[in-house]
This record gives sequence, structure tokens and C-alpha cells, in this order.
Amino acid sequence: MSQAQPRLRAAFSLGVTALLVMGLVASQWLLGDSPQQMQFDARLAPPSVEHWLGTDALGRELWARTLAGLALSFWVGCLAALLSTLIALSLAAIATLSARLDALVSLLIDTLLSVPHLILLMLIAFALGGGTQAVIIAVAVTHWPSLARVLRAELWQLRQAPYVRISRALGKSRWFVLHGHLLPHLIPHCLVGALLLFPHAILHEAALTFLGFGLSPSQPAIGVLLADAMRYLSGGYWWLGIFPGLGLLLMVLGFERLSSHLRRAL
Amino acid sequence: MLKARQLSFHFAPKVPLLQNISLTLCAGQWLGLSGDSGAGKSTLGQLLAGYLAPQAGDVTLDGEALPKSGVQPVQWLPQSPELAVNPRWRVGKILREAWTPSDAQCQAFGVKAKWLTRFPQSLSGGELQRVCVLRALAPGVRFLVADEISTMLDPITQVELWQALKREAEQRQLGVLVISHDTALLERLCPQRLHLSEGQLKPW
Repeated sequence: MSQAQPRLRAAFSLGVTALLVMGLVASQWLLGDSPQQMQFDARLAPPSVEHWLGTDALGRELWARTLAGLALSFWVGCLAALLSTLIALSLAAIATLSARLDALVSLLIDTLLSVPHLILLMLIAFALGGGTQAVIIAVAVTHWPSLARVLRAELWQLRQAPYVRISRALGKSRWFVLHGHLLPHLIPHCLVGALLLFPHAILHEAALTFLGFGLSPSQPAIGVLLADAMRYLSGGYWWLGIFPGLGLLLMVLGFERLSSHLRRAL
Repeated sequence: MLKARQLSFHFAPKVPLLQNISLTLCAGQWLGLSGDSGAGKSTLGQLLAGYLAPQAGDVTLDGEALPKSGVQPVQWLPQSPELAVNPRWRVGKILREAWTPSDAQCQAFGVKAKWLTRFPQSLSGGELQRVCVLRALAPGVRFLVADEISTMLDPITQVELWQALKREAEQRQLGVLVISHDTALLERLCPQRLHLSEGQLKPW
């Protein structure tokens, strides 16, 4: 029972998250241009039967904009987490090739970890001119060090495993040992690592956009919605911030729980 | 001829494990090595196979240093076969990692065809050990360091394994260093035997 529970929980989390993601993706086709449609006779309308989550200052439906924002955040988070994991895996693999390369990779990891995330994110996104691509690149190149550190340590430990040393003694090249023995062992670590990176990536994307360094204000991103909401919160238009914020929180928590359950199950 | 000259080794400074060890293993020779737990038998075996580098002394094969690449002429067979195989590989892939043994060789070592499609976790320690021994007999291998390889086997399997190895070693003139606590086994297998104690080798 105790062995089956983590797997059962992981399967449940995976099922729920997959359903949510599928719903989010499907909503993009169903929504069409609803997130951008303005109704000037229904500006800043509170949540009601007619306007489920209320409308914004231009009369755009908040439920449609929140869904579109979450979908955008999902894709940005996915790509950034994937890219980050690839960087982490490549550098961890390079670190195993020699002691000098390992020292270099370790130095790079320590340097990046010593710089505050957000400052680096803003600098990179600003340097790249903002927009979706800039946000993805900025999030990807700032989020790999923690995972790279874990993968590097795991690879160093695996290198000492008798079967790896025997493989070398049987004449196998370093490259063969790396892709035949070492890298396949890292798949669960990479999967969990990418899932753990995902909520971070989404939050940082939202933060970056909120601060004006991320996605374009014309895109219905969560960060844009929250930044807009800031201007109206003091006027009592609470729904502008609450619903996009809640949506972001639920998505982040969902993926965080999934990664946590998967880590225990794998 | 595999020769160790004045080997010294320590894991922690000022705590020497092996001191000025010298030994020679000739082609076709069976040499037994016994010693208390922690005496450094496995360490000595790994030094001879090139898995560890000594702090002093050297290991040579026909007067030259052990090769750095290719199939190593000295193969180490560890005590725990579970650690010696990739748990994600099927047994067939493990067995053929360096070479492809013939059906007759598989039969001689009791490696069954039905094991080849299975994962190592589904084989017993004894079954897996036979696979590991056969895997280590790649062409070009001239010496084996058998580190307690039959400890976990039942008596019948032990006999079968050693008989198969003896036949193969005779055919190929393999030199074998047998590391074991089992003095009766060493007496049966090895005409020459050494005892490792307090970092020194003594004949017995």
C-alpha cells in the first residue's frame, strides 16, 4: 500500500493536470478572438451571470482573457522549462568529461546562482527587446543552474558505479558510456526537474511582464492582466486582479503538486 | 605476465591500506588471495585491473603500463553482480556489451537463452554472476580478477561456474587471481596462494 500510494497520487495528479492542460489548449480554439472583443457598454462590469468573471476597462471578458493568459503562460513556461532542462543536461554531461570542464561548469553554476534571478531576467529580456521569444530565452538561461547542479552530482555518482567502470574496461568510449549508461538514468530527474522549473518559469514570466520587460501589453498574458489590474484595484475593481491571480496560482500549484508526486513515485 | 611492483595505496592519508606490495601473475596461473575483511583484497584486485591508481609503485603487463583504451586485458569481476550491470538494460544487451559469446560458451557457463530478453532484476545473483563472468571473457582479455564471485552461489552452481571458468582459462591460458575468504575453495582452485594482512602479502 505504502509503495503504491505515491504512484497512485502521481497518476492522479498527472491525470488532473493533463485534463486541465487539454482544456486550456482546447479553449484557444473555442475562444477565437473573444479575449480581444471590446464591449464599450460593459466596461469594468463586476462578475455576474452575463459577465462570468467581470470585464476590464475596455469591456473585454475577463474569463476569456484569463484563459488566454494562462494558455500563453503555459506555452511560455513549457518552452522555457524544456530549454532550461536541455541546457542543464548538456552542461552536466560536459562536466563529466574532465575535471577542468567540471570546474568550469561549477563556476558557471555558482556565478549564476549568486546573481538575483529577477535582475538577470530583466537584463536579458531588455537586451533581447522584450516579447515572447525574449521572455522564453531569459527564463531558460536563468533557470538551469539548480537542475544542472543536481544532474552533475548524479552523473558524478553514476560514473563511479561498477557497471560504468566495467563498461569502460570493456573498451567502450566515453561517449558510449554517456549516452548508453549515464543519460538514460537521468530521464526521471530531468522530467521532475522540468516540472519543478515550470511553475518558476510561469511566475517569472508573469513577474517580468508585470514589470514591463516581458510580453507585449497587447497580449492577454497574466502579467499584463495583473499590471492592468494594479491601476484599478484602489477603485474597488477587485475582480481584475483576483481572477487572473487565482488562475496563475492554481496552475502553479497544480504543476508543483504533480512534480512533487512524480518525484516520490520515480 | 601481469606484474605489480611495490604497490602502495591509501584511501585516507596516514592510513595506509597496502604497503609495498609486489606480485606476479603469469599466463594460465591461478593465484589465490585471502585476507580478513577490510584487509584490502578488493582494492588490490582493482589496482591490478587498473580501476584504481596506486600512490606508489606500478602495474605492468609484459613490462608495459596497462592500456588506457580498448578492451582491458585485465578484467575485474566484482562480488555483487547486481552492481555490475546496468539495471535498465536487458540481459542480452549486457552480455553482448563487448563481444558476442557463442551458444556453446553460453551453455558452458549455464547462461540460458530465455534470460536474454529479461531485465537483470528478474535474475538471481547466481544467474547474473554467470552472465558477468561470460561478459568479461571478451577477446583480448588475458587476466581475470575474480573478487568473491561465488560467495553468493549455491554449492552446485559454484562448482559449475568454476569448472566452466577453469576450462576457458585453460583453453585461452588466462591468468586468474581468485580473491576469497573460503580457504577450502582457494586450496582446490589455486596451487599458489597468498594472504593479505596489515597491508602485506604473505604466502600460505
